[in-house]
Amino acid sequence: MATDYIVGIDLGTTNSLVAYMQGDSPVVIPGEDGLNLVPSVVALDENNQIVVGNAARKYLIETPERAVYSIKRLMGRGVEDVQDELKLFPFRLAEDLQAGEVLRIKIGERTYTPPEISALVLRQLKRNAERFFGAPATQAVITVPAYFNDAQRQATKDAGRIAGLNVLRLVNEPTAASLAYGLDKKKHGIVVVYDLGGGTFDISILKLHDGIFEVIATNGDTHLGGDDIDNLLIAIALDDIRGDLGLDFGNEVRRSGEAVARIRKAVIEAKIALSSQPSAKLDVDLPGGKKYQREISLEVFEQMIQPIIDRTVGPCKQALKDAGLKPEQIDEVVLVGGSTRIPKVRRLVQDLFQRVPHTDLDPDEVVALGAAVQANILGGGSEITKEMLLLDVTPLSLGIEVAGGVTDKIILRNSTIPASATQYYTTQVDGQTNVAIHVLQGERELARDCRSLARFDLKSVPPMPAGLPRIEVKFLIDANGILRVSAREQRSGKEAEIDVQPTYGLTDEQVENMLLESFDYAEEDFRQRQVIEARREADTILTALAKGKNNPAWPELTAEERRHVETLEKALVAVKDGDDYHAIREGIDALNQATMRLAELMMDTAVSSALKGKAMDDTDFEEGPQAGHPVAKAEFK
Amino acid sequence: MTESKSSLIMPSSSSGQAPGEATPRCWSCGTMRAVHFCSSCGKVQPPVPVDYFTFFGFPRKLNLDVVELEREFYALSRRLHPDVFAQANAEERSWSLEQSSMLNDAYRTLKDPIKRTEYLLRLEGVELEEQSKQATEKARATGELKKQVVPPDLLEEVFELNMHLEDLRDRKKMGEDDPALLEEIGKAKLSLEEKYDALLNELKTEWNEWDESVDGGTKENRRKILDRMLDVLNRRNYVRNLVRDVNEALED
Repeated sequence: MATDYIVGIDLGTTNSLVAYMQGDSPVVIPGEDGLNLVPSVVALDENNQIVVGNAARKYLIETPERAVYSIKRLMGRGVEDVQDELKLFPFRLAEDLQAGEVLRIKIGERTYTPPEISALVLRQLKRNAERFFGAPATQAVITVPAYFNDAQRQATKDAGRIAGLNVLRLVNEPTAASLAYGLDKKKHGIVVVYDLGGGTFDISILKLHDGIFEVIATNGDTHLGGDDIDNLLIAIALDDIRGDLGLDFGNEVRRSGEAVARIRKAVIEAKIALSSQPSAKLDVDLPGGKKYQREISLEVFEQMIQPIIDRTVGPCKQALKDAGLKPEQIDEVVLVGGSTRIPKVRRLVQDLFQRVPHTDLDPDEVVALGAAVQANILGGGSEITKEMLLLDVTPLSLGIEVAGGVTDKIILRNSTIPASATQYYTTQVDGQTNVAIHVLQGERELARDCRSLARFDLKSVPPMPAGLPRIEVKFLIDANGILRVSAREQRSGKEAEIDVQPTYGLTDEQVENMLLESFDYAEEDFRQRQVIEARREADTILTALAKGKNNPAWPELTAEERRHVETLEKALVAVKDGDDYHAIREGIDALNQATMRLAELMMDTAVSSALKGKAMDDTDFEEGPQAGHPVAKAEFK
Repeated sequence: MTESKSSLIMPSSSSGQAPGEATPRCWSCGTMRAVHFCSSCGKVQPPVPVDYFTFFGFPRKLNLDVVELEREFYALSRRLHPDVFAQANAEERSWSLEQSSMLNDAYRTLKDPIKRTEYLLRLEGVELEEQSKQATEKARATGELKKQVVPPDLLEEVFELNMHLEDLRDRKKMGEDDPALLEEIGKAKLSLEEKYDALLNELKTEWNEWDESVDGGTKENRRKILDRMLDVLNRRNYVRNLVRDVNEALED
């Protein structure tokens, strides 16, 4: 089973993770640095190379104009609806952006669309998985906020494609979390998932029944999360600095990307500290050797963030109302997202639903774990998932603009997906061959207050007198929550051609080009990386062996054994600098096998010397006692 | 009218279909197929245009066991949902998508008593009058005159209520408060809500009539029942809109 892993990916505003199903339980795949969380940060380094994740974080402070974070906020959005974000986040739009064009963001002197930047994060996760499996990972389930609209979902899917992933499914984050929670316990009843992440808020209410996870209502805010708390604290700090150190200096700090980035880092650390401490200190170095120092008490912090976390109450109440439920009918409440670590948030949830919320799974990891469960289900399932089925809903009503600029809702929010609606159209002028349809998403009555999804142009309608054609248009929201449209002229039986102009998205052609640009690179990249990593591993084992030969355990091996080890050692040295991945891999495995007894003997020596109270020879235990076999590596085949 | 559930055989009246789209035999094993999946080999089938009652294998009756409906919905979901076909070929994936969207649409419609009744009326060729808020807004926006026939038994009540509501709006403009007026309106609202519930019961009485007529009534008889149901629905919608107006006036 070396191939065909389907991974589950949580593409978060702040952090992203990749997970897969290992036997009966989902596990997060760590990066090369050993960490599970990959910060959703993309930067250009000194050599104009793309850096992603933890390695990119230092550039947020050192060269903020060459780094981007929280790009998820811009996914599937247009220039006119990101103006608020631009005031709060240091995004730099490309100067030559045309109206109606997909956003492009500057990193250094280059420009990227939000899906391309997300694709860079996804590619990093893909690499982490491939490194872990030692095999390509090409299929994925990616999670999105439940309240994401069509354009935001499409942008996420595009990002997956650009990263070279076949996106089998987009799963809503709270729903994914419920899968992770529901895995071990066969549960029945009504479950609420409250998901407050870095940039988005979702509330979902599910009915669990014999392995069916049926979402009955969902609501949320795709621009509400920990980011907003950070921005508030930054704004307060900047005010303080103006007050303490003068208006001019304050404005200078405000304009300095580096100073703001330092303040941001400090307030995030303080925010995190306040989840476990009664107060936190801010201590930030400012330009000109000046400092900003403050102490924030938990009480003040909670007062400050109250207006932000109160914004989650409306969506919760609406979801309850849509589900036709009272708080006392809720059986369980699950918390998801890093921001639910804030004690004040927990109290708010507890008061709202009159239940002590579950927190047994890490709120940062639970979504990725659930995505891995869904990936397993889509892969055909296993013993533990074979009875599980997710029935999700569309978060927003789908409508069509009709005469007078009014929205005619054809699929209501909270409808189980896939869902469809059929509408009939005709022509208004004799011989008319085109019919335009404007599709909207949202709850408002007037088209201008809803979100424009796309304009569909039905072409090649057979010329007939006005009103005679009968064009059947089927709108279908698929299991990803993405709209598909098909049309047929009923009198002629002809499939009508549809020209789609997404209001806020990339065209298929653009995505295809971006994919092609990255594709060769990705394949090549994977092979090179494999070789580099195998080489690194070979070095590790050879170094460990050199040390082992100085260990008292070495002479305890038979002459035969020693000769065997040394033959394999020479063989590995001979192949390791070549480009043949398989040769290096085989060399490593063979040497690993041959040194197994040496490792055991070294272990015994170390244990007995420890028992005798002697100081341990640190050459034996350089990697710490948990390393055990000094040359063995975990196997993932 | 067949009463059987998942072994349902596709109806033969599938005239007017594009060739290859709906054959009465399973595309895979060739035995007689069902509407959604083959009862013999279990393969998903290309969708056929059947009504929602037929899709679930229910007779076209309005008294419907929602517990059984839910059970069937879950059972069919397990067989038709796209998740089950993630590894299947493109054709089966697309059939699954269409079949499960139809399943969801059918379930959503049938589980709700009002939607179920409205759906049956449409199936039987009765055009419903749009009384939704949406329709009202649409009419307002397009400048069309919307006919809102006041049900005769409500004439007096509605007249009085509208006077009170106007009064309330005027007073609100002046920033005044009138507890007595609010009490009057509150009472009227309560009476309307009772009426609203009573109308559902009235509708259910018609359901019984309809269900009996399905098994042996005349066409003429059925038509009369349909008309009566339409009348109840229209009155109910009217009352619902009134309650909404009252709520809006109280909130503003």
